[in-house]
Order: sequence, then structure tokens, then C-alpha cells
Amino acid sequence: MAKTLFQKVWDAHAVRKLPNGQTQLFIGTHLIHEVTSPQAFGMLRDLGLKLKYPHRTFATVDHIVPTNELKEPYSDPIAQEMIEALRKNTKDYGIRFFDTNTGNQGIVHMVGPEQGITQPGTTIACGDSHTATHGAFGAIAFGIGTTQVRDVLATQTLALSPLKVRRIEVNGRLAPGVYAKDVILHIIRVLGVNGGIGYAYEYAGSTFDAFTLEERMTVCNMSIEGGARCGYVNPDQKTFDYIKGRPYAPKGADWDAAVARWKSFTSDPGCQYDDVQLFKAADIRPTVTWGITPGQAVFIDEKMPALETLNAADRQTAEDAYAHMKLAPNTPIKGTKVDVCFLGSCTNGRISDLREAAKYLKGHKVRAGVKAIVVPGSQLTAIQAVDEGLDKVFTEAGFEWRGAGCSMCLAMNPDKLVGDQLCASSSNRNFKGRQGSQTGRTILMSPIMVVAAAITGQVADAREVFKV
Amino acid sequence: MSLAKITQVKALALAVPGDDIDTDRIIPARFLRCVTFDGLGEHAFRDERTGPDGKERAHPMNSAQAARIAAAKQGVMVVGFNFGCGSSREHAPQSIWRFGFTALVGGSFAEIFFGNSTTLGVPCVTLSKQDLAECDAFVRANPDVEVTVDVEKLTVSAGAKTWKAGIAASARDGLVNGKWDPIADLLEGSDAVAKTAGGLAYVAGK
Repeated sequence: MAKTLFQKVWDAHAVRKLPNGQTQLFIGTHLIHEVTSPQAFGMLRDLGLKLKYPHRTFATVDHIVPTNELKEPYSDPIAQEMIEALRKNTKDYGIRFFDTNTGNQGIVHMVGPEQGITQPGTTIACGDSHTATHGAFGAIAFGIGTTQVRDVLATQTLALSPLKVRRIEVNGRLAPGVYAKDVILHIIRVLGVNGGIGYAYEYAGSTFDAFTLEERMTVCNMSIEGGARCGYVNPDQKTFDYIKGRPYAPKGADWDAAVARWKSFTSDPGCQYDDVQLFKAADIRPTVTWGITPGQAVFIDEKMPALETLNAADRQTAEDAYAHMKLAPNTPIKGTKVDVCFLGSCTNGRISDLREAAKYLKGHKVRAGVKAIVVPGSQLTAIQAVDEGLDKVFTEAGFEWRGAGCSMCLAMNPDKLVGDQLCASSSNRNFKGRQGSQTGRTILMSPIMVVAAAITGQVADAREVFKV
Repeated sequence: MSLAKITQVKALALAVPGDDIDTDRIIPARFLRCVTFDGLGEHAFRDERTGPDGKERAHPMNSAQAARIAAAKQGVMVVGFNFGCGSSREHAPQSIWRFGFTALVGGSFAEIFFGNSTTLGVPCVTLSKQDLAECDAFVRANPDVEVTVDVEKLTVSAGAKTWKAGIAASARDGLVNGKWDPIADLLEGSDAVAKTAGGLAYVAGK
């Protein structure tokens, strides 16, 4: 019978049926970071349990890392404590740790792909909802809670129920100035922030075929913002080329066997989906959020919705959103003054994002009064960017060039909005208070749109600013 | 590991309205700067409850009803749709549970939040939109009447009212049989786990 990639990976990793009807699913790759793992190690110790497969858990630090301090101890004692806790836990249990001094530290969802740990046909879990990023490689990857982190540490398995599969097909070429970020913001806008509950999203169609792995990661990354716990793209030659030669990639004769195996996991022609949604790339324009959920979004040249056009439930959330954002219904979002520009995160902190942003930024200056920071997602990305001279482009334009981490995406480190500052952000969440100030405001957009905002000091259409 | 069988939660209830209440609103990220879950209860909905000026805001979690629930260490929170969306942080259900809530009734729950809550032994049951509106209104009008979330019979009832509730079959099974924390079952399957692992080349290091 024809099967989807999801079903094949699920079947290959299903250990047995549990008494409650769930499946005991083997988790081949477990990623951990400093925020959601310490309590899990505590539970492990309390229960006197050992680590089942230490070589299948990989650790890094990302959320708490200060991006403008290199020397330890950090001036933030809690950051120091959390990193020390992870150092101790990984040492005690024999877990590979991509620490800050390795040159390989970074946001966990960047480290996995960079190291070649993220592979097709595998199951990947991490105590972090953006784990779906790894689905770009044809893995079934999803976020878990801390008690589940304990479960994986102790048994390398989880108790789960299978998901339905929705195929989201996008076909055609994106217009100039339209990016993967716009594609996923548009999908979430149309299908809703809770549209994906109970589903894995399979992203397909000629637009995705043409995407690089980094672009696919941007889309898969935000699956959870549409309610889908996991999202994936079927692996192809680009996937294999990306993985080849990376530290944890199969080598020699194992490589050919691995590629053959990976190919066998792709969704079969004629397989059944629980739902199919079709989009045309040509219909998608640069998209920005205006509210407090990622689904509250408009094309840059549209007006924000009038309240009377919304149904009762959406209207309530919209009223709350307009009040928080200090924006007015039925007015253009273009021209809204911005205070801060943040370029980074596991959504858009990769080298291709920095290259594209720098390409358009070159020769321009950040508008006076705007604070602009660029935070490479990983140390490897930072090194690569410096090699290419991108850091200079950013700093000459007036951006602050920072060290690797999650930074202002969720502001667990010192990078925070102040008061009701409005931030043009390449990150993934515009929730109230997300960027570290209770009254802070976030507008999500693509990296090039962040650059356009930095230069003009307002929410701008990058296509006009850069004449693309 | 022996766990309580959670067939029913009968307690005072508090309505916390709104759809798409995300985990950042339930527990802001600055409270994730910790290595234990201790003390999270007092910070549940912190930025909804306290204004930027440090003053208390009008929020259900600041009400006398919330204080009664916190003191009793049991309570039912009545919420909207897509509750707990956003991050996977278990800190969110931990903070609600540590505040004193022992069951949630809503229109729908984000998946990771639902799973995390179940693993704590906190049932999250759903009502239809109309029933939820009725339940919400009842709870506001009758703060002294206990609400019963019956996980076994799949009902929510209060006073003379009874509404039909839903929950994932596996979660119901785990709760009513005292197996809501799956670790014991997962540890039992050790031989089968080794067999599955043996069939996965990447786990064996190839």
C-alpha cells in the first residue's frame, strides 16, 4: 500500500502498542538545551534511572547565552548557572555537548543540520517546539515537554499517538522579493494558528522542490505556529548534497546505503492524505504580522483587517491585538514606525538569510534612532559570515553584530525590547511580551523586510525600497 | 511507580477567557530562567495579572476565586480555544498546576500543552462551543458551586447542568487507570526497544 513519509518513519520506529492505545515510538535522535532539560535530569536522578542511549542525545546552549559577552562567568549569574547545569549533566551522563568553546555551538535547530545529525527517515525530538525545523530533511521531528525529555533520556522512546497528514502543496515561482518566510506566514494566515492541530504538515509542490534546504527549514520551523506539531519536506538530491561530508554524516560505503535508505522513506505516489491544501506561489506577496498571533498577518501592501469583517471569535482576539499593538484597523501597516530591528533566530538566522540581507543592506545606513541587531544562529554561521565579510556590511550600516544564540526571539538573555518598542523581527512569534517587554510589540517578516525596516525606520515594502 | 487514578476532579472553577492564549502569556520566558519547576505557580499569567507599573490588573487570576483555588490546591480552569499554543515549555502547565488547578475545560488545546498536562495528571477536556459558553457563564455566575470534570464518564457538570466532554482516548485511559505518567510502561518495553533500535542503521552508527 502506498504510504506517506510520515507513516513510513512512524512504522520503522514503532516499538509496540501501549496499554492505553498509544504507540511506544523510538526516538533516534534527541536534542537538548539548557532551558527544558535540567528538570528532566533531576527527574532521572530522583527515579534512579540511567541514560538508555547516551550517544543518541546531543546538547547545546542557545536560549540563555548572552550574545555580546564572550568571557565567562557571564554577568548574568542565572545564565551561568543554567549553562553549568548542562555541562554537569552532559558530563555525568556522557552526552556530546556542543559547548560555547567548541566553535559548533548555536541554536539547537541549526546545530543538528550543520553537524549532519539531522537525517531523512529519522525521528527527532527536542524540548523545543521549533524542532519541526528538522523536518526540512525528511525527518519526523517535533517538540516535547520536559517530562518527555526524561522519557527519551531514560528509554529513548515516547508514548505518542500518530498524527494525520495534511499535504500543503505550493506550486510555481515566487515573485522577486518574496521568500520562504512569506510562504509560511501566508500558509498560517490562511489555515489558521490552530488549523494544524492533530496534523503533520507535508510541504510539497514545485515551490518547495526549488527551495534550498535552508528555505525548507524556514517553512518547517514555523509549522507549530500553524498548530502542527511537525512538518516535513520529502528528501531529494539537494537534501543528500547538504548532508554529505558533515561530521555526523555516514561515510564511505555507508553513505550509498544511507542515501538508498533515505530515498525509500519518501511519500509514495498515490498515497492517501487526510487533507490536501493547494497554494499558488504567484498569489503570495511579502507578508507581515499586525497582531499577537502569527496568523494575524497581511500582505505588506494590504490594509489591516477592519473589525467588522471578522467573525466574533477572531474579532475578540483582533481587538486585543490592536490594543496591544497600538495599531488601527482598516489602515495600512506600511509606514508604521519601528524602534528595533532583529535579524536572527532558528527561523531566519542562517547564512543564506544573512547573505540576502547583506546584499540589500550594502551601501545603506540604519535610520537614526533605530536599534538594529543581527544575531547569527550558530557559531559556524558567524564564522562563515565573517569569512564572507558580511559582518562588515552589517556593522558599517549600523547593525550590531552579535554572537550566536536565540537572543531577542524570546529574550531570555539580555537582548530585550524596552517599554512599548516596536520590533521588525525575522523570528517566529509575535506573542504579547515575547521579546522581553510586557508592552513590547513584534512584527514578523522576512530578513530582507527587516533590512528595509532598518533603513527606513518603518514597516516598508522591501520591493519598493530596493527596487527588486 | 503507583499513581492515583484520576477519574474525577470536583472543585471550584475559574473562567480565564480568550482564544489562542499562548504559553508566553501563561508563563513569560523570564521565568524559564531556572533549573527546577519550584515556585512557578505564583508566576502563572504574571504579565496578564500585573501591569508594567507593577500594579495588579483586573484579571481572573487576581480574583478572590483564584485565591480560594490556590489555597485549596484544587480547581478547574475554564478556558477558550487553542489554549496553550506556542512553545513546548512544560513550565506552562506546571505553573497552572502549581498555582492550584487540577483540571482544565476548554474548546480546544494545543497538542504539546495537552500532552504535558496529561503527564502531570491534569485532565484537559473539551466542550462544544455552545456548551463551553454555557459552562463559562455558569462558572462566573456561581463561584461557590463546584464543577465536576468526570474523566471516566466524559462529562462536565455543575449544579443542575451536565455537558458532554471530550478527551483523547489514550489520555482518558491513562488518567482513569493511574497510568498518566507513561514512564513505567516505557521502561517495561526494553527488549522491544532494543529490537527496534537494532533495525535502525543510524542508531547503530552507520
